[in-house]
Amino acid sequence: MDEILTLAGQNLLSPVILFFVLGLLAALARSDLSFPEAIAKGMSLYLLFAIGFKGGASVADYGADISLALAVMAGVGLSFVLPFAAFVLLKTLARGVSATDAAAVAGHYGSISIVTFVAATSLLSASGIAFEGYMVAVAAAMEAPAIVSALWLATRSGAGGKMDSDLWREILLNGSIVLLLGAFAIGWITGERGMTEIAPFIEAPFKGVLCLFLLDMGIVAGRGLRSARGVVTPGVLLFGLLMPLVGAAFGLVSGLALGLSVGGVAVLMTLSASASYIAVPAAMRVALPRANPALYLTLALGITFPFNLTLGIPLYMSIAQFLAGG
Amino acid sequence: MQMHDAKRVEVMIEAVMEKQIVRALEGTGVTGYTILPVLGGSGASGRWTREGNVSRAFSMIAVVCLIAPHRLDSLLEALFPVLDEHIGVVSVSDVRILRAERF
Repeated sequence: MDEILTLAGQNLLSPVILFFVLGLLAALARSDLSFPEAIAKGMSLYLLFAIGFKGGASVADYGADISLALAVMAGVGLSFVLPFAAFVLLKTLARGVSATDAAAVAGHYGSISIVTFVAATSLLSASGIAFEGYMVAVAAAMEAPAIVSALWLATRSGAGGKMDSDLWREILLNGSIVLLLGAFAIGWITGERGMTEIAPFIEAPFKGVLCLFLLDMGIVAGRGLRSARGVVTPGVLLFGLLMPLVGAAFGLVSGLALGLSVGGVAVLMTLSASASYIAVPAAMRVALPRANPALYLTLALGITFPFNLTLGIPLYMSIAQFLAGG
Repeated sequence: MQMHDAKRVEVMIEAVMEKQIVRALEGTGVTGYTILPVLGGSGASGRWTREGNVSRAFSMIAVVCLIAPHRLDSLLEALFPVLDEHIGVVSVSDVRILRAERF
C-alpha cells in the first residue's frame, strides 16, 4: 500500500500531470488559455511519431518472436471483448442511458488512449521498469476492433449503426494508426542506426512536448466538463471510475497469461483501462450520429482519462509489480 | 452588366462527413464548391470550438456552392440522406452572379 501511495505521489507531482491539472483548472476557471487546432494536431503527430519509432527500434534491439504476434492478438481480442463489459456495466449503473449511447460509450472503452499509454510508459521509464517495445504495436491493434463491437451492440439493440467503406477507411487508415504503425515499422527496419540519427529529435524534446500536449488535453477536458452539466449522473460518474478498473483486470489476466514482463503487464493493464478520445469519437460521429457526443467525450476525456493519469497508472504498476514481479 | 439568378447552398456539418457531402455534390454534377473550416459556435447540440481538438469528431465545416436554380432540387435530395441524423444546417439563398455558364 505504501508503495502505491509513494508511486501515486511521485506521479501526481510529475510535470506531465501538473500541466494537465493546470489546463483543467484554467478551463474550469474560464481562462482564455488555448491551443490552435493545428498546434494540438502537430504535437499529437510528434508524439505518435516518437513513440512508434522508439517502439520499433526497441523491437529491432531485442528481437521479435512469437510473443509479439501473441500480444497483438491478445490486444485485438481485448478490444473486441471490452465493449461488451462496458455496455453491461453502463446499463447496470445508469439505467437512463439509451442503448445507442451505451454502445457508443462501450466502443470508446474497448479502444485505447495513446496519451495514457505514453504517460504510463514515461512513468515506467522514470521508475526504471522495462517493458516490451512491441507494446506500441499492441496499442495500435487495440484502436479499431472495439468500434466493430460497439456497432454490433448498437445494431442488436435496434439503434442502427452504419458500417460502410468510408467508415472502414476512417477506422483502419486514420492518421494516428498509419503514423504510429508506420513509425514503428521504420524504427524496426532502421534499428539502432536510425535511432542514433533521430534521437536528438525524439528523445530530448519528448517530455516537454508531452507536457504541452497534456496542458491542451486538460483544457479540452475542462471545457468538456464545464459544458457537460446534466450529462454526468452519479451512475455515469461511477461507470467512468469503475470501468478502467474492470478493463485493467482484463489486461492483467491477459498480460499474465502471455507471460509479459512487469512493465508489459502494467502497459497492457493501462491500455485496457483507457478510453479513446481521438479515433473512436470520429468513427462514432459517422456511424452512430444519434449517440450523444457529450456523454462519451465527458466520460473518456473528463473522467476516465484524469483518473488513469493520476491514480490508475500507479495502481496498475503496483499491481503488476506485485503479481508479475515474483 | 448582365446578371443571372443562382442559388447559394450552404451546408454546415460535422467535419467527419466531408467526404460524403463532397460525393453528394459531385454526384449531382456540382463540381464547383468551397469547403471552409469553422472556428466554433453554438447550436442545439451545445457549444463547440475547434481550438485544441485533435479529433476531427468535434470540428465543423461549412460547404458553400453556387448553382443554377434548376439543379437545386436534385442537390437537396442528394444531401438529405447524408445530413439525416447528423449535426448540421442547410440554407439556400437567392443570389445574383455574373457568369451563368459556370454554374
